[in-house]
Amino acid sequence: MIGKTLCSRSRPGSERLPLMLLAVLGALLTVGCRQDMHDQPKIEPYEVNNFFADGMGSRIPPAGTIARGWLREDSALWEGKDAAGELVDTLPMALDQALLERGQQRFEIYCSVCHGSTGDGQGMIVRRGFKQPSPLYEQRLQEMPVGYFFDVMTNGFGLMSSYAKQVPVQDRWAIAAYIRALQLSQNAALAELPSPIQDEFHAALTAAESEGDGVHHDDAAAEHH
Amino acid sequence: MAQIFRPSTNTIAKMSIILGLALAGSLVGLLMAFERSTYRTNEGVVYAQPVPFSHDHHTAAMGIDCRYCHYSVETSASAGIPPTDVCMNCHKEIWKDSPMLEPVRASYRDNTPLEWNRVHDLPDFVYFDHSIHVAKGVGCVTCHGEVNKMPLIKRGSSLQMSWCLDCHRNPEKNVRPPEEVFNMEWERPKDDPDYGAKLVEAAGIEGEQRLTSCSTCHR
Ligand code: HEC
Ligand code: HEC
Ligand code: HEC
Ligand code: HEC
Ligand code: HEC
Ligand code: HEC
Repeated sequence: MIGKTLCSRSRPGSERLPLMLLAVLGALLTVGCRQDMHDQPKIEPYEVNNFFADGMGSRIPPAGTIARGWLREDSALWEGKDAAGELVDTLPMALDQALLERGQQRFEIYCSVCHGSTGDGQGMIVRRGFKQPSPLYEQRLQEMPVGYFFDVMTNGFGLMSSYAKQVPVQDRWAIAAYIRALQLSQNAALAELPSPIQDEFHAALTAAESEGDGVHHDDAAAEHH
Repeated sequence: MAQIFRPSTNTIAKMSIILGLALAGSLVGLLMAFERSTYRTNEGVVYAQPVPFSHDHHTAAMGIDCRYCHYSVETSASAGIPPTDVCMNCHKEIWKDSPMLEPVRASYRDNTPLEWNRVHDLPDFVYFDHSIHVAKGVGCVTCHGEVNKMPLIKRGSSLQMSWCLDCHRNPEKNVRPPEEVFNMEWERPKDDPDYGAKLVEAAGIEGEQRLTSCSTCHR
């Protein structure tokens, strides 16, 4: 009946009362809204939602769910295996400088804490007591197809967990390519390096010999070819 | 009969008007200061957590990159809190019998989520996205403070609207080269007054108009 009262012009005094009441009610309502707007009934990432038995607002899709555009048809890309189920020995994408740089960056983030920046297996976590992995540039691993590294990252290996969650597929291949680069660089012959680096090495060698404390062959690679 | 209002009453009347106004003014000021105080914004407050996880140990001491755990920070709105499996990458072997880590192991065993208490939480009517800030060169340390030196995490900023706007109005004072975003020790070169402006140009950062319009953050 408020509408009717508002329209009546007969009693000027009572006309304002409902308006005032409305205003007060309105004000009360906005006070009430505040908390709702701060914490709306939508689900934000990680928000608790007790509608579900486990309380997790973010749901895990049922096994076998495929998002549009994410059908994993290409087994070389997604599993590192060819149609016959053998590990592939070529990258499923073009190899260029950008891919290697991406691989290096991702290796530093996700792998170097254990495997060390050069792949020697002496990362910080290993020094704090984690099992020491074999050097990534050892002979056995040089002979492995590149798909092997992808497979280890995807499915884990022994004590090492799967990194599939943390590292998306494209990045896993970039890291695999970078491990190949590490293997090359850690086993490079001195003669294959650019000449400024060769000169530097020879200078260091003569300096060390003249000091008398035999050279520390950390560059074992340099002599083994 | 004596006079009720002596001449001095005039002064009292004037004084009480001035005092009244001053009181009202300082009350408003006090309220505003209170709203902005760390007591209200919870800046610097340590929250109770199920496991005393130390960023100091894991990042500064052991050199683990932020992205090892917060791995969605470059690609999505949420930085992501690592699932229990990620802790177990290392803790299935390291400190595997420590009682401190029992909640982590229990969560892994029973496949139940580990419940951390949120330290940063904007109201739901604000839209925030990490990926754009990371891509355009705003460092973690600029917004979160020296997380790498925090044994227990606390807020490094107020998260108030004025804080967002201060930066959105002057991005050149706050950005860094995008490859330094995760470097907590980076220092801006001091000799080049145009350094920030060049970065803003290189990253193609939007103008003030766009960055301060209400619908950018309230959509
Ligand atoms: C938490 C420490 C840790 C991290 C991080 C880690 N690894 Fe490992 N990795 C290991 C350990 C330990 C082994 C040996 C496992 C065993 O023998 O049980 C291993 C084994 C491997 C192997 C197999 C070597 C062989 O002997 O056949 C490869 C390849 C490898 N890791 C690559 C990677 C890559 C790539 C990353 C980054 C995405 C990575 N690892 C991250 C600890 C780690
Ligand atoms: C070893 C894993 C790990 C690493 C590395 C890590 N964090 Fe975290 N971070 C966590 C966990 C777990 C939490 C939630 C527990 C807590 O709040 O203490 C968290 C919480 C946070 C929060 C607060 C989230 C909230 O509740 O609002 C911020 C901010 C944060 N991390 C920033 C960083 C930054 C910056 C770095 C890199 C310097 C980093 N983290 C590295 C695991 C990690
Ligand atoms: C990359 C390896 C790694 C990951 C991932 C990791 N930790 Fe740790 N954590 C360590 C190491 C190594 C230590 C021992 C530190 C030391 O020796 O000082 C440690 C120590 C701890 C401690 C003992 C107290 C302290 O801070 O020193 C707690 C608690 C802890 N971690 C919790 C966690 C939680 C929770 C997660 C998952 C969000 C996690 N850690 C992920 C390597 C890791
Ligand atoms: C422009 C400021 C800004 C920058 C830069 C920034 N953060 Fe945040 N961060 C926030 C805000 C604001 C929130 C609260 C978000 C919310 O409540 O929705 C937050 C929340 C978080 C959280 C809690 C989980 C979440 O996403 O809500 C983590 C973890 C985190 N940040 C880590 C990081 C890391 C790691 C970096 C560096 C790559 C970083 N942040 C850079 C402002 C920032
Ligand atoms: C230290 C600086 C800084 C702070 C603090 C900051 N921002 Fe930003 N923000 C930026 C920069 C730089 C960009 C990139 C602008 C662009 O798109 O070019 C940006 C972009 C954004 C965008 C995307 C804009 C678009 O064009 O779509 C949103 C949304 C946003 N910020 C929200 C927030 C909110 C909400 C807060 C406060 C909780 C905040 N920001 C705090 C620097 C900051
Ligand atoms: C850069 C991001 C950003 C922009 C642009 C922005 N806001 Fe906000 N606004 C915020 C954040 C963050 C908060 C939450 C502050 C808090 O929790 O204390 C907020 C809070 C508010 C609130 C307070 C709500 C309450 O209950 O406390 C109002 C009203 C508001 N904004 C209006 C506006 C208007 C009007 C504009 C345009 C002139 C605007 N905002 C532009 C980020 C922004």
